[in-house]
Amino acid sequence: MAGTNDIVIKIATVNGTGSASANGLLRKAIFRMGVPVVGKNYFPSNIQGLPTWYEIRVTKDGYQSRSDRVDIMVAMNVQTYSQDMADVAPGGWLIYDSTWPRSRQLDRDDITVIGVPLSRLCNERFDGVRTRILMKNIAYVGVIAALTNIDLKVIMGLLEETFAAKQHLIAANMEAIHLGYDYAMEKFSGPPTPKVEKMDATRRHIVIDGNTASALGCVYAGATVGAWYPITPSTSLMDAFRAFCARYRIDPESGKRTYAIIQAEDELAAIGMVFGASWMGARAFTPTSGPGISLMSEFIGYGYYAEIPAVIFNVQRTGPSTGMPTRTQQSDILSCAYASHGDTKHVLLFPADPYECFTMAPQAFDLADRLQTPVMVLSDLDIGMNDWMVPEFEWDENYVHDRGKVLSAEDVEEMEVFYRYLDVDGDGIPYRTLPGTHPKGSYFTRGSGHTKYGAYTENAADYQEVIDRLDVKWETARKLVPEPEIAYSKFNNAAILTVGSGNGACKEALDRLGEQNVGLNYCRVKAFPFSESVREFIDKHEVVYVVEQNRDAQLRALLILDFNLRPDKLVSLLHYNGIPMNAGFVVEKILEEITKGRAA
Amino acid sequence: MSYIAKPQVSHPSLRKNKLGLTSRDYEGAVSTLCAGCGHDSVTAAIIQAVFDLDIEPHMLAKMSGIGCSSKTPAYFVQQSHGFNSVHGRMPSVTTGANTANRHLTYIGVSGDGDSLSIGVGQFVHAIRRNLNMCYIIENNGVYGLTKGQFSASADIGSKPKKGLPNQQEPIDPVSTALSLGATYIARSFSGDKAQLVPLIKGALLHKGFSLVDIISPCVTFNDHEGSTKSYAHTREFYNHVVDVDYIAPFEEITADYEQGSAMPVALHDGSKILLRKIDGDYDPTSRARAFKYLRDRFNAGEIVTGLLYIDDERKEMHDLMGNVDTPFAELPMESLRPPKGELQKILKPYR
Repeated sequence: MAGTNDIVIKIATVNGTGSASANGLLRKAIFRMGVPVVGKNYFPSNIQGLPTWYEIRVTKDGYQSRSDRVDIMVAMNVQTYSQDMADVAPGGWLIYDSTWPRSRQLDRDDITVIGVPLSRLCNERFDGVRTRILMKNIAYVGVIAALTNIDLKVIMGLLEETFAAKQHLIAANMEAIHLGYDYAMEKFSGPPTPKVEKMDATRRHIVIDGNTASALGCVYAGATVGAWYPITPSTSLMDAFRAFCARYRIDPESGKRTYAIIQAEDELAAIGMVFGASWMGARAFTPTSGPGISLMSEFIGYGYYAEIPAVIFNVQRTGPSTGMPTRTQQSDILSCAYASHGDTKHVLLFPADPYECFTMAPQAFDLADRLQTPVMVLSDLDIGMNDWMVPEFEWDENYVHDRGKVLSAEDVEEMEVFYRYLDVDGDGIPYRTLPGTHPKGSYFTRGSGHTKYGAYTENAADYQEVIDRLDVKWETARKLVPEPEIAYSKFNNAAILTVGSGNGACKEALDRLGEQNVGLNYCRVKAFPFSESVREFIDKHEVVYVVEQNRDAQLRALLILDFNLRPDKLVSLLHYNGIPMNAGFVVEKILEEITKGRAA
Repeated sequence: MSYIAKPQVSHPSLRKNKLGLTSRDYEGAVSTLCAGCGHDSVTAAIIQAVFDLDIEPHMLAKMSGIGCSSKTPAYFVQQSHGFNSVHGRMPSVTTGANTANRHLTYIGVSGDGDSLSIGVGQFVHAIRRNLNMCYIIENNGVYGLTKGQFSASADIGSKPKKGLPNQQEPIDPVSTALSLGATYIARSFSGDKAQLVPLIKGALLHKGFSLVDIISPCVTFNDHEGSTKSYAHTREFYNHVVDVDYIAPFEEITADYEQGSAMPVALHDGSKILLRKIDGDYDPTSRARAFKYLRDRFNAGEIVTGLLYIDDERKEMHDLMGNVDTPFAELPMESLRPPKGELQKILKPYR
């Protein structure tokens, strides 16, 4: 049940009506009051006209995932009114625009319905169609502020920051806030809603989306070439990179750019450009989503075999095929792990939230340079496009980027002869040269069979020697990738194992299960190949619940393949309808398994 | 086979270029193509052009896709980096490499299948970007490695060794490039080294996208009677329209040219190419007229060759993007990060 600082507010609007800024204002005001908050978008693959929702979870405990109830519904969309009303938890509240009559067919007597003539109030006060629509959104923020005790001074402060350059908008927006606020204060007399009360739990935190965080990570990683083809939900990553570069990547002397963003003709070209630039020694990346990975696959296999660094951000969406482009899933785990024909396997990183999007971006570039191979960062729509409260990012000024084994002209000069694919150090990673460095350092980069000297071959033994050496490199990768997050409870024969954005729901579920005396250990993998500590963790348990957001238990399959595990030990809990998983799902499924007689 | 090394001995009297290298130093591995393949003649012309232009081998990047033509970068300039990419994707790799480092000379060798069938998308977009590279198409109308299927450049009525004549319209790389705004467009014949070498030199020096479409007969699958890409057919219908002489910087124009037939075009490094118009009516600086002329002669069954179009004014990709001249790999990592302490400011809007 809802309580103080434990409230879920869902706002139903129409795509393209400018509600995002109003919703952001509301979410930020709560955050500024020191109360942890989560913002989730549920939006259509559409520019204008289809229904869209924004869900604000006020969570005093600082949980990251979506809630499983709606306490206050702001039903601004006639088209979805009945569904929105049905979604309100018993005892909850529904606010609607009472300018026009509403359907009473589906009225519920277990919730409180509040009518506010938002359109009429705004039409009387403001001129111009667009302004009236925008202000109507701001006005419902005022209504919620009145009902939940949100501090108007905080809202005023935010408006002053937002419209610092357009003073007249501050007063107009504040007036719209008051239209809703004053009306609600005057007319509303029903059962009071839960309140937002000042806390001190958001200090040194930010609210940010994962795509912006990844882009900022790329800037700090020293990425200079971004090649891409626009695709939902990854587009905002490149938009953010472009914005950061415009500020920080202009050479002060020449006024020219120290970065290049190339909008490619398709994903095949985007990844080709990344490999070309990386071959030349630049740090290059491409943001994409599942369909893009499918198109890039041939080249990704080339990069694996010819040993060229690349960083690919896959902001996963709901598949298969076009699927649901504006819904989330973790369904590209296998297709990324083994992208391309032949024996290929790729290093994957799994951020759990925007904080890890920021930290894993430089890690991805370092690993790609060190291992001379494509590295994929598997985020998803939930992480990439939703608003997460995470600790403030930090940058260690003493951080030294790992550019890997690249020989300088002097290094090459001292060598008798240079061969590209020799395993000099025994770690499976050869040395490389950049074109233009030295005539002795030249070699022929090819995806066809080659010897350890870099020459073309169709000789069985020479071919196999290189392919086997790549497997030595794979084991080196296993030691270099980030270790999993592991937590033990006092009961330890069963555990939850999850990945990426499953983290929030699983951690909240662990708390709830703990309250019911069901103690489970916890492991969240952060990379593939899986660290040895993942195997050790699994070995310690009788049963491991593998929680992931796809139909086919892809993470479970990958664990079994990579570690040659006994399949019956890994029990799948699968959530794959496109909506971010919540704790309620995990708790329910685990309790079901326990009832069936599984260990806990 | 290409992994058999060539003997490195060369005749002491071989001419040396300004770098003190002989043409042997610009050779590569032994070709594994069929004896008499047109592509080997193109390789020889490339070696000659790069040698004559005194290009440092390590400052040349050899790019290719997949197919017989795409194998050839292994057969020239051994001391250059080569990138034999995937089928039809050489332009994107070159775009990325050139973006990261504009100081190398980029030569791409492709075929009609690689550029006009599987890779037509990347081919046209490289032209749109005015990517600074020399793009060679060794055009023989067939797929060789998969044993003789027609490619998209096969002419209507051209007969295969087995099966029915081609019925589909060919894609002509020259008129395609012309319509897309390529800034240096040439066509030649692998059997005409005298015409080909200066065309490749001009293409290597031109700042922007240079296309050299070279009819390069496939002796195994497309050199029979009835083929329009055979040696015999090409020789019969071959028509020089504009030939080119390359004149190095500070070199004087000494040869005699008929009044009005020679037109010097200055290149950015101070050298010139001298256009010799065989057909006095042809204007290689007018896109519209070049297009009409090519179409008329094509309909008459002629293969028009020479430097068919040149525009030395349009900006190349780097200048359009406004990138620094320094290769990206040489930019210090510290210079690529926001200044110390800036992260707090960046995060302010997210609080």
